[in-house]
Amino acid sequence: MKVQAKVNGIELEFLAEPRQTLLEVLREELRLTGTKEGCSNGNCGACTIIMNGRPVNSCLILAVQADGQEIQTIEGLASGTALHPLQQAFLEEAALQCGFCTPGFLMASKALLGKIPEPTEDEVRHHLAGNLCRCTGYDKIVRAVMKAAERMRAARAEEEVSA
Amino acid sequence: MAKTEYRVIGTRPIRPDGYGKVTGRDQYAADVILPGMLYAKILRSPHPHAIIKKIDVSKALAHPSVLAVCTGEDFPHISSSAKIDTGEESIDARHMTALAMAAGKVVYKGQAVAAVACASFAEAEEALKLIEVEYEPLPVVDDIEAAMREDAPLIHGDMYTVSLSGSGSRPSNIASHVSYEGGDVEAGFAEADVIVEREFRTRMVHQGYIEPQSATVWAHPDGRMTVWTSTQGAWQIRSQMATIFQVPVGRIRVIPMEIGGGFGGKFTPYVAPVAAVLSRKTGRPVKATMKRSEVFQATGPGSAAIIRVKMGAKKDGTLVAAKAFLAYDAGAFPGSPVGSACVIGFSPYKIPNFKIDGYDVVTNHPRVKAYRAPGGTPVGMAVETVIDELAERLGMDPIDFRMKNAVEPGDRMINEVQYNSIGFKQVLEAVKSHPHYSAPLEGQHVGRGVACGFWPNGGGTSTVHLSFNGDGTVNLIEGSTDIGGSRASMAMIVAEELGIDVEDVRPFVADTDTLGYNDGTGGSRVTYSTGVAVYRACQDAIQKLKARAAVLLEVDEGSVEFSDGVFRAGGKEIRTKEVIAKLNKTGGPFESVGVSGRLGRAPSFSASLVDVAVDPETGKVQIKRWTQFQDVGKAIHPSYAEGQLQGGAVQGIGWGLSEEYVFRDGHMLNPSFLDYRMPTALDVPMIDTVLIEVPASDGPYGVRGVGEASIVPPPAALANAIYRAVGVRMTELPMSPERVWRAVAAKAAAEGGEVAHGKAG
Repeated sequence: MKVQAKVNGIELEFLAEPRQTLLEVLREELRLTGTKEGCSNGNCGACTIIMNGRPVNSCLILAVQADGQEIQTIEGLASGTALHPLQQAFLEEAALQCGFCTPGFLMASKALLGKIPEPTEDEVRHHLAGNLCRCTGYDKIVRAVMKAAERMRAARAEEEVSA
Repeated sequence: MAKTEYRVIGTRPIRPDGYGKVTGRDQYAADVILPGMLYAKILRSPHPHAIIKKIDVSKALAHPSVLAVCTGEDFPHISSSAKIDTGEESIDARHMTALAMAAGKVVYKGQAVAAVACASFAEAEEALKLIEVEYEPLPVVDDIEAAMREDAPLIHGDMYTVSLSGSGSRPSNIASHVSYEGGDVEAGFAEADVIVEREFRTRMVHQGYIEPQSATVWAHPDGRMTVWTSTQGAWQIRSQMATIFQVPVGRIRVIPMEIGGGFGGKFTPYVAPVAAVLSRKTGRPVKATMKRSEVFQATGPGSAAIIRVKMGAKKDGTLVAAKAFLAYDAGAFPGSPVGSACVIGFSPYKIPNFKIDGYDVVTNHPRVKAYRAPGGTPVGMAVETVIDELAERLGMDPIDFRMKNAVEPGDRMINEVQYNSIGFKQVLEAVKSHPHYSAPLEGQHVGRGVACGFWPNGGGTSTVHLSFNGDGTVNLIEGSTDIGGSRASMAMIVAEELGIDVEDVRPFVADTDTLGYNDGTGGSRVTYSTGVAVYRACQDAIQKLKARAAVLLEVDEGSVEFSDGVFRAGGKEIRTKEVIAKLNKTGGPFESVGVSGRLGRAPSFSASLVDVAVDPETGKVQIKRWTQFQDVGKAIHPSYAEGQLQGGAVQGIGWGLSEEYVFRDGHMLNPSFLDYRMPTALDVPMIDTVLIEVPASDGPYGVRGVGEASIVPPPAALANAIYRAVGVRMTELPMSPERVWRAVAAKAAAEGGEVAHGKAG
């Protein structure tokens, strides 16, 4: 079946079999392998992408459901070579060890900050509970998300002052 | 090393490989896509124990989408029982192929029996349905006790119990019996004023790495093959593949991709041998990637255990005797970590009289593999809760009781290995003086628990190369898979020694064709042993750079002195970076090699301190506060050292409260992340860390391996906290709401009180 979708800012047209998940098409057909497969049944969150502003497990969505939708993957998180504040904060806070769950956490975190720009620690933990990390114990991930939120808040405040 | 003030060591630079990981650019094993690549799927046994009477692959072979089929007959038969090193444990050569493909008999559910290669995973999955296998089911051995009974069904008719006194006279599911004895244990107990004896049960658990096993293999016409895979040890995968295919190691090139977690579980080629057979048959690259249910059922989890511990102390708190029985579930082939469990349980304490018996027991469960401090967490649960109970009976503070009996440099481990520099007492002091230890507890049914842990840490051998660039930067080629920031710590050692910026060091993980032998990333050995290799390569580089600096400074080589990144002679000086940039003008390029080996032990001690609230009506344990302590020797990059403490603590929390394989007749009932419940961000609080730095005797900067000791104490600390919250001594892991509720209800019933919500079972 033919699918048209905006992926990381580019209008794409691709073919997908009805049985194929969005995760499979992203990885195997579009070669966007930054989105990871950890369980293929929605329990680990490694395949989290953003569809129309909402975080979704791409392993639980059929590729054909992406028709007409706007998709953002980890490959589209940075602006060119400029890292998103979340990516920068994850690096500074050592919020990754093996890095396999990291793309999913970053996309889930981005969706969280889109919804709640200044989350509490509890809100961060609640919104990231669908993403499993086995290396870090979550401590540094939670700190990184809160640091990025604070930086983004400060940047917004600065913009408002200069506007 | 006299130097204790550092320019780079102890700082927190951004890890050099981090950019590829936060942008999704780094390539993990399943991300490999090669021209003409085929996809393999593996047919797995639905029976935990059965004879394979017949495999009919004719329909599959005849199907147009199937390019090749693989069964056990495609592998050379191996009869050798030579022990093959697989990272943190070993396996008999004759049992190795069976972890990738069964032949004649299946001994655990999910064991591979056949595989196909097609142009897509979906086609391969369909094609598996065309393979017909006829089984004759055999009686299933589903737990340790059943396996040890005299009349138990035998899993291997040719297995005899190996012990110090030789081999047993008839076949048994007990693969080996290890024992340690010191002093006179019965006389010791006769001296004791207080004795505590308890029996513990812990369940099989999985390392839970988020990345499933994946390998892509391309067999070449010259008999060589290239393997792209996710592993903790490229050289260990190479040697196992060479054994499985009975070819020299030089025929196999293993390229380690980025690795999505391992924790001891990624030293074994489960899917690469299958992909190799299919690639040999088709001449194309073949990729095989596991699904999560396959990871649970067909890779190596951590052992279940039955442990009985008896310890005795005098009124003044002196431990006088200890006795232990440990039986560890090896799964379908021998090789559980019961040997290390026997050593590490009592080794933190001075115990004059002891007797320990350990049994390696086979069952119809997946063959176990190392899991972070292999064997340590179950025995830690047992010993550290018995210690807590002894302290309570003696009316002593649990830290004071441990302090009175704690080992010091010069004491010996249970296996007679002498401790050099260790920091157990410093860890205990740090716990006692930490504000968390004396903070008031608020609320109902709350309790605080503490427990300690120990891991001897590995040494092993590593090889590294340094090469140099015309802009003054340095390439660091290492063979240790980077599983959690080791490129950063190795680059920091180069920057420290050569006196250059860490951003000017480019670390790179090589493959087996491009660098000398390296032991794997396991046993907490990388920062220590690869660190030594890097340090030695740097010393070699400094000597060679001195000669080049002499040319540039126009002085005698012998007069050049080096410190803090500057070569000085005769009042003149030049920085390392400049000397490196001008190598081609001073004699041409060179490389420096560093090799480590034969290092002394650098053991690490840890402690967990936890506050819990227990809901007596549901049995749910909520963690309110957690502080993790460890002697790390010297933290090269403190953020990643803290990360090891935090990650180990949370894995230990999962082991303690929620994780277990639930078996029925050898079938795992919960092979998904939904039903095998690992901690989420919502289940745990911030994990505060205290890094204690007691320099190790050997190695640069006094560094110690830091990866494993952290997972030993968490379940015991939780059990001790639960006891203080609701008055029950938990002896079974995980301490799930049901088990805690039953214990609380049983206590209430025994005391004649009200039982919450029904009767205790």
